[in-house]
Amino acid sequence: MRENVVIRTISRISVPFIQVFALYVIVHGAVGAGGGFQGGVAFAASFILMFIAFGLSGVEKRLGKKWLMVYSIIGIAIYAGIGFLCLAAGGNYLEYGAIESAVGVAHLHGYLIDAVEMGIGITVMAVMVSIISDVMDRDGESP
Amino acid sequence: MNVKALLAVLLIGVILFWAVGDMPAFGDPQSPATRYTGKLYVDLALQDVGVENIVTAILASYRGFDTLGETVVIFTAGISVALLLRRGGRL
Repeated sequence: MRENVVIRTISRISVPFIQVFALYVIVHGAVGAGGGFQGGVAFAASFILMFIAFGLSGVEKRLGKKWLMVYSIIGIAIYAGIGFLCLAAGGNYLEYGAIESAVGVAHLHGYLIDAVEMGIGITVMAVMVSIISDVMDRDGESP
Repeated sequence: MNVKALLAVLLIGVILFWAVGDMPAFGDPQSPATRYTGKLYVDLALQDVGVENIVTAILASYRGFDTLGETVVIFTAGISVALLLRRGGRL
């Protein structure tokens, strides 16, 4: 597989576009079709394409496999942390309107939803890549 | 072929198709889901949340706690696969 120059060249060209599109889907979640789950899966798909084209070990080394679980924890921490910020601002858990009225910035509610979607996207991306890299066959040896 | 399993599948299929007749038509504006809760969300989402996408407004704002749970479920799946398959190494 590694010698196939067509697969490697096409994935080298298309991976940046897939990643930019995934970030667009995540950020666009508040105003159109999209969201954290879909964008996270699209972002993970770019890494899966890299696994297929360039082999598992090299991409894992570049990606930093031991950081994947840390990324997924960071995503949940963003989400839950915004919930606790709402508690600190005097509202209920995940009641974004409390932060908006406490800070006084207009449309903050939508931006907080965007931040929450980014947290979801980070978690979904990290978990998908982690599962695929655990399950994929690495040159015949057991995972 | 397992005849009993085939009969069970056919029976459940017949019951399900029988129930289809009671479902509201696709896109029916008079269906119960559209008349009460759905209409409430369509009317109130923009002024409550300030986000044009009603699906995102429901997902992340009205049902925010539910979505947090979904994210934790995905995280748990990743942790479980890592614990089962990454033997001997550190996480």
